[in-house]
Amino acid sequence: MSLFGKRRNVLPGFGLSLGFTLAYLGLIVLIPLSAAFIKASGLSAADFWAAVTSPRVVASYKLSFGVSLLAALVNAVFGGILAWVLVRYTFPGRRMVDALVDLPFALPTAVAGIALATIYAAPTAVAPGGWVGSWLNPIWVDGITQLAELVPWIDWQGWLGGKLAFDRPGVFLALTFVGLPFVVRTLQPVLQELEPELEEAAATLGANRWQTMTRVIFPELLPALITGFALAFARALGEYGSVVFIAGNMPMHSEITPLLIITKLEQYDYRGATAIAVVMLVASFVLLLLINLLQKWSRRYYRV
Amino acid sequence: MSVQVHHIRKTFGQYTALADVSLSVKSGQLTALLGPSGSGKTTLLRIIAGLEYADEGSGRIQFHGEDVTDVEAGQRKVGFVFQHYALFRHMTVFENIAFGLKVRRKNRPPQAEIADRVHKLLKLVQLDNLADRFPHQLSGGQRQRIALARALAVEPKVLLLDEPFGALDAKVRKELRRWLRKFHEEIHLTTLFVTHDQEEALEIADEVVIMNQAKIEQVGTPQEVYDRPATPFVYQFLGNVNVLKAAALAAGTAPPFPTGGLQSNGHIYVRPHDIEVVPHETGAPGIPAVLRYIHAAGPAARLTLEQVESRETVEAEISRVELERLGLKLNNLVLLRLRQSRSFAEDYAI
Repeated sequence: MSLFGKRRNVLPGFGLSLGFTLAYLGLIVLIPLSAAFIKASGLSAADFWAAVTSPRVVASYKLSFGVSLLAALVNAVFGGILAWVLVRYTFPGRRMVDALVDLPFALPTAVAGIALATIYAAPTAVAPGGWVGSWLNPIWVDGITQLAELVPWIDWQGWLGGKLAFDRPGVFLALTFVGLPFVVRTLQPVLQELEPELEEAAATLGANRWQTMTRVIFPELLPALITGFALAFARALGEYGSVVFIAGNMPMHSEITPLLIITKLEQYDYRGATAIAVVMLVASFVLLLLINLLQKWSRRYYRV
Repeated sequence: MSVQVHHIRKTFGQYTALADVSLSVKSGQLTALLGPSGSGKTTLLRIIAGLEYADEGSGRIQFHGEDVTDVEAGQRKVGFVFQHYALFRHMTVFENIAFGLKVRRKNRPPQAEIADRVHKLLKLVQLDNLADRFPHQLSGGQRQRIALARALAVEPKVLLLDEPFGALDAKVRKELRRWLRKFHEEIHLTTLFVTHDQEEALEIADEVVIMNQAKIEQVGTPQEVYDRPATPFVYQFLGNVNVLKAAALAAGTAPPFPTGGLQSNGHIYVRPHDIEVVPHETGAPGIPAVLRYIHAAGPAARLTLEQVESRETVEAEISRVELERLGLKLNNLVLLRLRQSRSFAEDYAI
C-alpha cells in the first residue's frame, strides 16, 4: 500500500493525524535534538574528537552506560519479581504497594537523590550516618572486598573501599530507584493476561515449578521484560537530578556524563557540551535500536 | 484404566460446584460429561486431572483402584486438553509435543527417540508436515489436534478433554468430533470429555454422564439417556419435549399411557415424535386437539396443536408422508395418542 494512496478506510483522518504527528514530533523532539547537532558542528573535527574523548569524558561514559545497564538489569530482575507478586497474590496492603511503585515517577528527582544520600550516608567521625548507611555501609565494604578476591578477573578498582552514598554505588542506587516503575508497569498487564491454562498444561505434562517458570512463563514475559528493561535503561542514561546529590561527583570516578555536560555549560563551553550530548544521543539511539531488535526477536513467534 | 470418583464435594466460597458426586468410568471407553454451564462438569474433570482439589475430607479419586486423590497433576499420568488449546506459542509444534518428554528428570528418552515419538504422534493426528510451524500459524482445528498430540506424548493412562471443540466453528466441530471418535477406536484410551452440546455427546460417546446443578442426573449409553430419561431435566435437556398437565388430561378423556404411575398433580413428558396424530372420532381413545400450525419445511412436519380441554399447546412431529395421508388442514379436530411418555410427580422447570 502506498503511503498516501487513495484507499477507503473506516478510520478517517489518516493524512491529518499523520501530519499532526510529524509536526508534533518535530517541535518536541527533532528540532531540539538537531539543534545539538548543529551547535556541535561548529567545532572542527579535531576539536570535536578532542572534546568527546578527553579522559574525564571517557570515564564518565563508562560510568553512565555501565551503571545504567547494571541498574536496568537489576530492575528487570527485582521489578519482575515485584510485578509477579502484585499480580499473582492478594495480600493486605497490595494496593498500597501497587501505588508506591509509581512514586519514582512522580517524586522530583532531586528529592529522591537527597533522601537516598541522607539515608545511605556512611558513618563518619563527626556524624553517625544515615538509617541504612550506618549498618549497611560496613557490610558493603566487607562484601565488595571479598567479592573482589573471589572474582579477581574483573577490575574492581573504583568500587573498593568506598562508601555507598557520595560514591559510585550511590549512582547505582539512584538509577535503580528511577527505573523501577518502568519494568513493573510494563510487565503487569502482560502477567495479568497470561493464561493460567499454560501453567496447568505444563503441570499435567509433568513439568515441575521451576521448569514451568523457566520454559513456559519466562518466554511469555520476555518481550515485555525487554521493553521494561529498555525503558529503565533509557531513563537511567538521562537521569541527572537524583544522581548529582548522591554520586559525590568526583572527576574520573563518580561523575556521570549528564553532569559533565552541565559542567561544560557552566564554563560557557557550549560547543563542548553539545559535542558530548551528541555522543550520548547517538550511543543511546544505537543501544535502544539494538534493544528493539532484540525485542523483535523475542516476539518472533507471535507473527511471521 | 478405569476412573472412580467417590463422593466428591467441591465448593468455591458459598457456591457449590459439586455436591457429593460419585462416578465410575469404564476402562477404554469414550465418556461424555454433559450439562449446561455451571453444572460442575468442568470442575469434576479438573479434579480428576489434579488441577483442582476436592474439598478437604470429602471423597477419593481412584485410577484403576489406585488412590490418586493426593497425587499431583504431573504424576497422575493424565493427558489434558484445554478448550483454548493452551499451546506454548513460543515453541514450534514439534517443541510443544516434545515438551512433556523433555521435562522429564527420570528416564528422559534420548533426543532421537523423542524426535521419533513426536513424528509418530504428528502422523497419528495427521499433521506431520507442520512440525516446524508456530501455533499461531495453524487453524483452530489443527491447534486442537496438536494439543491432543502433546497430551498423548507423555503416554497418559487417561485422556481428559475440556470442551475440546468449544472454540471451533460449527463445521470444523462436526468434522473433528467424528475424527475423535475414529481416533478413539484406534487408540482405545480411557477418555472423558466435557461438553454442553448434547448432539456432540450423543453422537460420539459410549457413555453419557448428564450433570445439572452440581449433581449427576443420569449415566447411560446415548440411547438409554435419550429414550429413557431418568429425570425431567434430562428429558428437557436432550431434545424437544412436551410437558402436559396430567390433571387436564385425566378430566375428560382416557388417553393411553404406556408408562404408569400417573399422579393427578403430575406432569407427562412426551417427545414430539412420540405423539401419534389420528383423525377425530367420538369415543375413541386420545386427547382431542385442534391443529393450529403446520411447519412442513424439512424432513418431518412439525405440528402445533391446541388441546381442547386445557388449551395447552403441544408440538407433534410426524413424517411428511403421514401428513399427506391424513390430509390435515388448519383448525381440524384430531386425536393425539402418546406412544411413549413418562410422568413425573413434581412440578419442574428449567
